Amino acid sequence: MEEFAHLFHGFAIVLQPYNIMLMCIGILLGVIIGVLPGLGGANGVAILLPLTFSMSPTSAIIMLSCIYWGALFGGAITSILFNIPGEPWSVATTFDGHPMAQQGKAGEALTAAFTSSFIGALFAVIMITLLAPLVAKFALQFGPAEKFSVFFLAFCSFIGMGKEPPFKTLASMMIGFALAAVGLDSVTGNLRLTFGFTELLNGFDFLIAVIGLFGIGEILLTMEEGLSFRGRAAAINPRVVWETWKELPRYWKTSLSSCLIGCWMGISPAGATPASFMSYGIAKRTSRNGAKFGTGQIEGVVAPETAAHAAGTSALLPMLALGVPGSPTAAVLLGGLLIWGLQPGPLLFVEQTEFVWGLIASMYLGNLVGLIIVLTCVPLFAAILRIPFSIIGPVILVFCAIGAYTVHNSAFDVIMMLVFGVLGYLLKKCNYPLAPMVLAIVLGDKAEEAFRQSLLISQGSLGVFFSNGLVGTIMGLGLVALFWHLIQTGFSRLRHMVA
Amino acid sequence: MPPIWLVFVAVAALCAGVVGSAHAAWQPNRPVEFIVPAGTGGGADQMARVIQGIVAKHNLMPTPLVVINKSGGAGGEGFLDIKAARANPHKLIITLSNLFTTPLATGIPVSWKDMTPVAMMALDEFVLWVNAESPIKTTADYIAAIKAAPAGKMKMGGTGSKQEDQIITVAIEKILGTKMTYVPFRGGGEVAVQLVGNHIDSTVNNPIEAVAQWRAGKLRPLCVFDRVPLPVTDKIAGDQAWSDIPTCKSQGLDMEYLMLRGVFMPAGVTREQVQYYADLLKKVRETPEWQQLMRDGAFNQTFMTGAEYAAWVDTEEKRHRQLMQEAGFLAAN
Amino acid sequence: MNKPELGPLQRSVEFGTAVAMVAFGALVIVGSVQAGISWGAEGPRSGFFPFLIGLAIILSSAINLVQCVRSPQAGLFVEWAQLRQVVAVIIPTTVYVVSVGWVGLYLPSMLLIGGFMIWFGKYKPIHAIAVAVGVMAVTYVTFEWWFLVPLPKGPVEEWFGL
Repeated sequence: MEEFAHLFHGFAIVLQPYNIMLMCIGILLGVIIGVLPGLGGANGVAILLPLTFSMSPTSAIIMLSCIYWGALFGGAITSILFNIPGEPWSVATTFDGHPMAQQGKAGEALTAAFTSSFIGALFAVIMITLLAPLVAKFALQFGPAEKFSVFFLAFCSFIGMGKEPPFKTLASMMIGFALAAVGLDSVTGNLRLTFGFTELLNGFDFLIAVIGLFGIGEILLTMEEGLSFRGRAAAINPRVVWETWKELPRYWKTSLSSCLIGCWMGISPAGATPASFMSYGIAKRTSRNGAKFGTGQIEGVVAPETAAHAAGTSALLPMLALGVPGSPTAAVLLGGLLIWGLQPGPLLFVEQTEFVWGLIASMYLGNLVGLIIVLTCVPLFAAILRIPFSIIGPVILVFCAIGAYTVHNSAFDVIMMLVFGVLGYLLKKCNYPLAPMVLAIVLGDKAEEAFRQSLLISQGSLGVFFSNGLVGTIMGLGLVALFWHLIQTGFSRLRHMVA
Repeated sequence: MPPIWLVFVAVAALCAGVVGSAHAAWQPNRPVEFIVPAGTGGGADQMARVIQGIVAKHNLMPTPLVVINKSGGAGGEGFLDIKAARANPHKLIITLSNLFTTPLATGIPVSWKDMTPVAMMALDEFVLWVNAESPIKTTADYIAAIKAAPAGKMKMGGTGSKQEDQIITVAIEKILGTKMTYVPFRGGGEVAVQLVGNHIDSTVNNPIEAVAQWRAGKLRPLCVFDRVPLPVTDKIAGDQAWSDIPTCKSQGLDMEYLMLRGVFMPAGVTREQVQYYADLLKKVRETPEWQQLMRDGAFNQTFMTGAEYAAWVDTEEKRHRQLMQEAGFLAAN
Repeated sequence: MNKPELGPLQRSVEFGTAVAMVAFGALVIVGSVQAGISWGAEGPRSGFFPFLIGLAIILSSAINLVQCVRSPQAGLFVEWAQLRQVVAVIIPTTVYVVSVGWVGLYLPSMLLIGGFMIWFGKYKPIHAIAVAVGVMAVTYVTFEWWFLVPLPKGPVEEWFGL
């Protein structure tokens, strides 16, 4: 029960008026950062890090982690309203969130997203409170082979579920892999597929691809349909929050499995992106409404948002306990810890109890404050869709350009964004699914890297992927997920034959 | 009475004089971009952000210092950006050893001669680490273990490919006349944790990347790749301090390697502009925050500016070319 | 039968897309071969995976191509009138993204927003200018002052000393 004494002490620290003020400022800044494309959580925290140098470490981490929560909340807003995910883990939120907005249910989608985020984070932080030492040990088990198996599982649980023709899915995903491979090959340190163009050194960043494929592509589709932003009919209903809340408990199973997936992915540390895709994929398969996913199902918003937030929160644990960042934002926070003279590592929990438990307490309160702030703004956000398209359209274009530019401060990327936009329009009209391509761009190079690191360690033997219980189990799960469709059709055919 | 225009001319001249003298000691008049040719959260990025924080906290500059990461192509993107910003006095870059290794390994057309050296802030040390539970207790044990194992059996983890960590690995292989397997990871922290998790056998982490795991009794330092032991005598793990780690040379691994943490500007800037930043960085070094960082990371605190610094960089570049050539890391073209 | 004069056929666009994908796959293969596609002593070399990916792109696109040729005339891709709308956005946006690299972000953005409002929205120029200038002013303050993120600037901004 010592932990609880620490936790209450932590609450006492966080509840000082100064810290509560920092918390609110942090959440608001975070939401703004999450909404502005390109200025994602990692960038935002990095930019604001120097501001916190004059604060005490505990106050600083409270503010910075609240920026992080705010950015996680904010990422969902643009995904749902404009089909532009500001962060990799918001991509899966667009699949059902944006169709909901088009049907005039933006308020419901936003409420569902924010509430699920909160539940995911809460679940993760409770787990951190109770299981911190155990979890850190689990994270140490993850070498390159284990990491690859997690990526493998993420791919397998996501593919083969769409209604699109299978070879179009395959082509789309492979193009994503090819784009992810451009640039420096991190294992050998050689450049590849750059054809001598220095603009391609960086490869194709996920954000630029996504802003183009989803954001610009959507604008072009809207133009084709004659300027009407389909969400315009959205009625602003201040009671939308209550009404959505009444519906949410129905999806407790999806929420729970997404929480578990998220925590596991955050700790492992594969991160929030595979978590959101994986849990969307699994929810689609296991839910009764699975077949309707992609047409604007609340459940399709609940699953990825819960998992992403659970993963984002639990990713902080390996950072504190091991010094390994589970996400880019965590990496920046890690730098911050070092600057404040704190060394993340196994001893941080012992030596800096005030700091650690202050942070954990701020996770509880920060998320609660964040939820209240963003929920009160739901009608406001939904009202953005009432702005006529001939105003909001070009403004979105400009913000997409800014987002694409700020990723690497490169004007070339702005041009690439438009290329991706036209590509997105074309592919969507030709019935190619875009999600597999985006998944491959986000995870492709990481998966390849882990695969090759594993082979280096095993000296070329593929047996490394089944060399111990952990990695073997995950790979096995992946294979089951991959052939799930076949298994299912096999069963139903069998049943038909019998019948 | 003098014609009115004469008065104007006189006033204008006076103003010009005042403005001119203000400009004699050059100062930045717009935000200064501080390029980091590496990703967020790494060693160079941390140092850049500490400098940014110190400059902001102590009001050392009239305009803000803005950190920008350009990590593409092992940092080549950042160097190309500085190369393209010729004569722009509002751009700085912090470099690590990739200033030398990236152009050699990838063939990206940049060299330090496309930039103006401003100041060397510090040199980063390298320490040979093993897992604390490993039977290897000393450098001699380590050498014996490598020689006893079949070639390629021992796995060395490091940051990046064909960069400092792998250069040191190849040098060790050459000294011992055997082969190890080098496994590249993305960041130093990740490398240290892979060693704690026993996925690899040894690392050559920088002190700051592995110190937390050392303090927690998870890792064991064997030797430091410097000419003399480290100066920091604060106790870290039990009664051991950085200064208690012997040099690798004294233990039979004759290799020295230090990594540059230095600041450069684009080529074609004026001497006053370089001098302004050199003075600024000197002030940064005197702050307590900087001293704290140096102690935490057990940095080698050599400071150089001007011709001395340029000469040092030149020697290092030649040395890297030789090391990389011996290791077979030079780009094909 | 449908009337081809109403717009490009779905089938021909899909055909073109698949052909372009085959070409892209070939490009990937060329790049992979340059990087080395063999399986070296240290596991696969840089080009190994991209090579397989390139093959997969060509293969799957070839299948898509065959299916496309075999498919019945599946109607229109889009009507010309609609396509005109889409192109009317793509062309100014192309000019916009190219000019951002040359004259900075702010001026082209104002022109884009203002032009779009006047042309498509039929707003009064004064309203359009107000919105365009207002949005970019907010952008400037948010990014450059608040978050210290420099956005691209050209000669005009230089002249203002921004």
